[in-house]
Amino acid sequence: MRHTLSIVVENRFGELSRIVGLFSARGFNIESLTVAESLEPEIARVTLVTTGNDRTIEQITRQLDKQIRVLNVEDMTALKHIEREMMLIKVRAAAGPERQEVLSLAAVFRAKVVDICDSGLIIESTGNWEKVNALLELLKRLGVVETVRTGVVAMARLSQRGFDEEAGEEEIAV
Amino acid sequence: MSTSVKEQWIADVQPAHRVMRGAAILCEALLQEGTDTIFGYPGGAVLHIYDELTAYSGLINHVLARHEQGAVHMAEGYAKATGRAGVAIVTSGPGATNAVTGIADAYMDSVPLVVITGQVPRRMIGTDAFQEIDTLGITRPCTKYNYLVQSAGELAAVVKEAFYIASTGRPGPVVIDIPKDVTAETAPFVYPDRVELPGYRPDLPADARQVRRAVERLLSANRPILYVGGGIIHSNASSELMDLAERLHLPVTPTLMGLGCFPSGHPLCLGMLGMHGTYWANMAISEADLIVAIGVRFDDRVTGALDKFAPHAEIIHVDVDTSSLNKNVRAHIPILGDARSVIRQMLELLPDGGIDGQVRLAPWWNQIRQWSEYAPLSYEQSDSVIKPQYLVQQLYELTDGDAIIATDVGQHQMWLAQHYRFNGPRQSLTSGGLGTMGFGFPAALGAQLAFPERQVIAFVGDGGFQMTAQELATAVQFGANVKIIVMNNGYLGMVRQWQEIFYDRNYSSVQMGCMPDLVKLAEAYGTVGLRATEPHELRGVLEAGLATPGVVVMDIHVAQEENVFPMVPSGAGLTEMVLG
Repeated sequence: MRHTLSIVVENRFGELSRIVGLFSARGFNIESLTVAESLEPEIARVTLVTTGNDRTIEQITRQLDKQIRVLNVEDMTALKHIEREMMLIKVRAAAGPERQEVLSLAAVFRAKVVDICDSGLIIESTGNWEKVNALLELLKRLGVVETVRTGVVAMARLSQRGFDEEAGEEEIAV
Repeated sequence: MSTSVKEQWIADVQPAHRVMRGAAILCEALLQEGTDTIFGYPGGAVLHIYDELTAYSGLINHVLARHEQGAVHMAEGYAKATGRAGVAIVTSGPGATNAVTGIADAYMDSVPLVVITGQVPRRMIGTDAFQEIDTLGITRPCTKYNYLVQSAGELAAVVKEAFYIASTGRPGPVVIDIPKDVTAETAPFVYPDRVELPGYRPDLPADARQVRRAVERLLSANRPILYVGGGIIHSNASSELMDLAERLHLPVTPTLMGLGCFPSGHPLCLGMLGMHGTYWANMAISEADLIVAIGVRFDDRVTGALDKFAPHAEIIHVDVDTSSLNKNVRAHIPILGDARSVIRQMLELLPDGGIDGQVRLAPWWNQIRQWSEYAPLSYEQSDSVIKPQYLVQQLYELTDGDAIIATDVGQHQMWLAQHYRFNGPRQSLTSGGLGTMGFGFPAALGAQLAFPERQVIAFVGDGGFQMTAQELATAVQFGANVKIIVMNNGYLGMVRQWQEIFYDRNYSSVQMGCMPDLVKLAEAYGTVGLRATEPHELRGVLEAGLATPGVVVMDIHVAQEENVFPMVPSGAGLTEMVLG
């Protein structure tokens, strides 16, 4: 099963390779990885998507937890959470009915057209993993040339953190 | 040197905030950590450090190894025997890569080490400079933590953290990679009085409810067993373990790394378990209804085939390393915590008096006794050739189980584990996890330099000894009182045994076709060599060798094709032992 792990780590030289290294050394899989500074510049947030059975995920979590500079590891999949990924999709679609088809699909998925020329266009799509993949699958039939993905980022919902009165909007499903 | 002299030095000579070069900051920091011995090998990138070290002679004793692997194994031996972090210094490039085997060995066996590696100057990092290697990258998978020091100003704090990380929780090696120009750069020396590592909390107390559940199970189990390992030794929990075992009359089986954590000759001790463990220890753990595993990691050499391991048992697993829990075997009651504090918590929960384990567990002990009578450790004695088991028994008799003995990996290691009954912890120094040939002799040397008054023995094979035999020069130069017993069978014995049993005696590159004359080798290094080739010579050679001061090499020719039994074949369950 697919799990999204959110790892809070001291933002120091070499810490990312330590995390990535433990995945390769122990034969764990990384499906996507994003890393950036958090609200506090000395702390980084790593969002990592991996797959495995419960036992593997438990072992991954324990191995991460054990790292000296890792402050916290949370399996977001076990929480109510918001997940987002951005994908740029280059589609071959000359002016005409095909391009219209691409544009209407993009509209349904609330994706943006960010570049266009005679022979094709680039679409920017944001959403959870399933949504972005769903658009990609539909576009593939029309001629996808290339994709670039940011990898997943995730955040726990407010409602389970004692901020009920400020609870966020429901996640918009497609 | 005495503590007061050292304190005097720190007070008089080094007032706080004095500006000094990085090399001096390093030495001061090492002094602050109580370092009295460093094992190392100089080179270009550590020239400033070696220049500084001469100013510390008498305070910090530098032992010049003959190879960096030897230096790190010496530091390991020192650390295993004392419980304090061992320190090694090597240069950049090949110095660091040669040290990697020792570092990895320490990582697998949880040995506290601080290894200082030189690095090319900061401005040259990444240019493929002379003797440049990515030490941080190479050692990342085999260290508990590692540092590349960015400036002289942060050096003191890095050393402080390194010692803290190396020695607390599950101990392990920490590498400090120091660019040469950092050791020349000056900065004020400020030694921090504490470390701040918010993500590292090795001393969190164990979950009291889990401990309570564990004790309840322990009091109601009919076939309980204590399976204990290196974690008992690292947390100095031997006397607590003894209390627990004796109060409940529990059978105890130590792992290879746990040998000595519970006296091997104690009536409650079943001997080692696992691939070459005793038949009764393996049967007992397989038939147990409750396994209390403390400071162990369910290594494959211990469990045999996992799907056949202890099918009837509930498992309580106590470990300070969260990643050891539920890794190989699912624990019913996992307890994250330090072995000693958890055992103390358990002891407090035992009802006062009135636990008659001896009566309640009598049927279980009867069963165990039957197993031990069915297949005791045995071998065929011989008049014409020295049996390796006999060698170990003689050594045991002559040293009363009190010697510190270091081994490599292989047959000699297993025979020693089976037949030498260690009285206490920190006596058995062995390479268990990584299984490093060449570990034993330098490790014994490091332990001997820590305990000049103790009887310290390197018990090694003819293959392993040749991997680090060059350290004879170190031993002689530093006046070590170390005895080397080479169990010489002319083969890489364990590999030969597997080729005999699993490859139809197709002996492939296991014969030591050329072996130097070890007596002459010892003499070439200016020390004493002795040899025994027949059983009647053995006792005399051992007695003379152990009594001769200084470095003594004893070349003991033993039966060439003796096998270690009992044995759990690879992939089999623990009850499927081959008895011999």
